[in-house]
Amino acid sequence: MTHAHESASLTGLLDTDAIRKDFPVLQRLLHDDKPLVYLDNAATSQKPRQVLEALTAYYERHNANVHRGVHVLAEEATALYEGARDKVADFVNAPSRNEVIFTKNASESLNLVANMLGWADEPYRVDADSEIVITEMEHHSNIVPWQLLSQRTGAKLKWFGLTDEGRLDLSNIDELITEKTKVVSFTLVSNLLGTINPVETIVRKAQSVGALVVIDASQAAPHMVLDVQALEADFVAFTGHKMLAPTGIGVLWGRQELLEDLPPFLGGGEMIETVTMGSSTYAPAPHKFEAGTPPIAQAVGLGAAIDYLSGIGMEKIAAHEHAITAYAVERLLEIPDLRIIGPRTAVDRGAAISFTLGDIHPHDVGQVLDEQGIAVRVGHHCARPVCLRYGIPATTRASFYLYSTPGEVDALIDGLHHVRNFFG
Amino acid sequence: MKLDSMYQDIILDHYRNPHGKGLRDGDAEVHHVNPTCGDEITLRVRLDGSTVADVSYESQGCSISQASASVLNDLVVGKTVGEAQAVQEAFLELMQSKGQGEGDEEVLEDAVAFAGVSKYPARVKCALLSWMAWKDATAKALAQNPAVND
Repeated sequence: MTHAHESASLTGLLDTDAIRKDFPVLQRLLHDDKPLVYLDNAATSQKPRQVLEALTAYYERHNANVHRGVHVLAEEATALYEGARDKVADFVNAPSRNEVIFTKNASESLNLVANMLGWADEPYRVDADSEIVITEMEHHSNIVPWQLLSQRTGAKLKWFGLTDEGRLDLSNIDELITEKTKVVSFTLVSNLLGTINPVETIVRKAQSVGALVVIDASQAAPHMVLDVQALEADFVAFTGHKMLAPTGIGVLWGRQELLEDLPPFLGGGEMIETVTMGSSTYAPAPHKFEAGTPPIAQAVGLGAAIDYLSGIGMEKIAAHEHAITAYAVERLLEIPDLRIIGPRTAVDRGAAISFTLGDIHPHDVGQVLDEQGIAVRVGHHCARPVCLRYGIPATTRASFYLYSTPGEVDALIDGLHHVRNFFG
Repeated sequence: MKLDSMYQDIILDHYRNPHGKGLRDGDAEVHHVNPTCGDEITLRVRLDGSTVADVSYESQGCSISQASASVLNDLVVGKTVGEAQAVQEAFLELMQSKGQGEGDEEVLEDAVAFAGVSKYPARVKCALLSWMAWKDATAKALAQNPAVND
C-alpha cells in the first residue's frame, strides 16, 4: 500500500494477523478475488471461531430449557446460562449479578426501561407532569421508546442539540434538565457521529434534580472498558451482536433497588413466584424481567464473546481502535470533497466515521466500494435526526474493530478515489 | 465488470442531466420516501384530458433513483394515461425480474438500461421510487377528474 510507511508508525496496534485467523469470514474473497474489507462493525461485528464453537457445543451437548427440570441437561443449560450472566456482570463491573437482565437486543432493553417507568408507582412514575430528556444524536432505539412513553403518559420530551463539530450542545443543560425531569437517556458513543459523550457532566446534573439516568452503551461495550459503577448511571443498555456475540441477546443492567421497586413489563413463564387465576406474585430480579424461555444459546455465545474480548483486554482493544481511527480520519481528510460528519479528530471519538463525498449519494459510494470487496454502511444509520441536523440525506459510514488493519484503511481510501473517478 | 451492468452510460447520463426536473403546475402532488435510505421525491402530475401533459418533480437520492425519475419523465409525458400505465407496468415487471428480464425496448426505450439494477435487491426500490410516486399521483389526479376515464 502506498501509505505503508505511515501506517507502520502507528502505535498501540494489536496483532491482527493472529486475531484475524480466529474469524473465518474474514478469509472470504468477494467478487471472485477481492479480500473482504469489513468496515461495517457499528452495524454488527463478525464472530470468532470461539463463539461459534460455544454455540455448537451448547446445542450438541447441553441443550435444554433453563430453570426447570431436574435432569442433567437442564442443570447444565441453567449453569451455562447463569454463567453467562456472571461473565456479563464481571465485564461491566456490576455490584451484583442480579442486576444483569438478558433481553433480545439494546432496543428491547431501552423499551423495557421506558415501560417500567410508565407503569411504575411514585417516585419513579413518568406522567403528564414529568419531563424526559434525550439527545439529538440518539439511535432511533433511544428515541422512539421515549416518544411512545411521552405520547402515552403526556410527559414532555426534550433533547440536547448538537454543535457543528458533532458534539452535544450542553449550553442549555440547566433549562433542559429541571426539577420536572424524571429520566435522562443518552448514548455513550454515537453510532453515526462516533462522538464519545461527556457522561459525568450529564449524570451530575441529572442526579442534582433526582432524575434517573439511562445510558445506551451499544457502541461502547464492544470497544472500551465499561464500568457501570464508574458511570453512576441507573440503567445501561447494550447488545451482544456488536461485540462478537450472536444476534438475539442484549443486556439491561439496572441498579438493584430500582429493579426491586419497578414493575415487570412482559408477563409469562419464568418471571413469576406464584400464580393463581386471579393474580400473581413475581420472581426477584433479574427473572422478574425475563418472561418466557430466554435466548439461552445466545447468552452462552455472549459469555464466550466476553471471554474472547477479556482475553485480549478492553484497554488494548480501545488503544488499537484509537490508532486506526486517528489514521483513518487523517487519510479521509486527504480526499477532496470529503466531509466528515462528526468530530474531525480521534479525540473523544469512537471507531465509527461517517462522511459525505461531494454530491455523490452514499448508495452509489457503497455500491462502488462493494465492487472492491469493501463493506460499509450507507443511509441514515437509524439516526435520521442527525442527518436532518447537518442538512444531509444520508452518509457513508466506515467503522472499525479489533481486527481492523491500517491496510484496510488504505483500501478504503483507494476505493473512495475510485468512486470519485467513477462518478466524476 | 458487474458494476457496469448497473451503472450503464444511459443511467449516468440521465443522472448528470435529469430531464424535466423541477416542480411545475400539476393536478395532483405526492411525496414518497424510501425509509431504508432516506431518498425522497415530491412529484406532480398534470393531465390534459386523457393525456399526461407534464410530470414534474423535486427529488434527492442516488444516481439510480435520480436517473429513473428522468427516464420516467421522458417516457410518460405526451402519452395517454392508459399508454403510460402500460409502460409503468412493464417497468415494474422488469425491476421485479431479479436480473432475468431484458425489457422490451419498443415499450421501455431508455428504461431497459435498468435491467441490470434488478439484480440488486437493495437498489430496486431506488429505481421504482419515482414510478410509484407517479402511479399514486396519477390516481389522485384521475380521482379529482372522474370525467377522464381512459
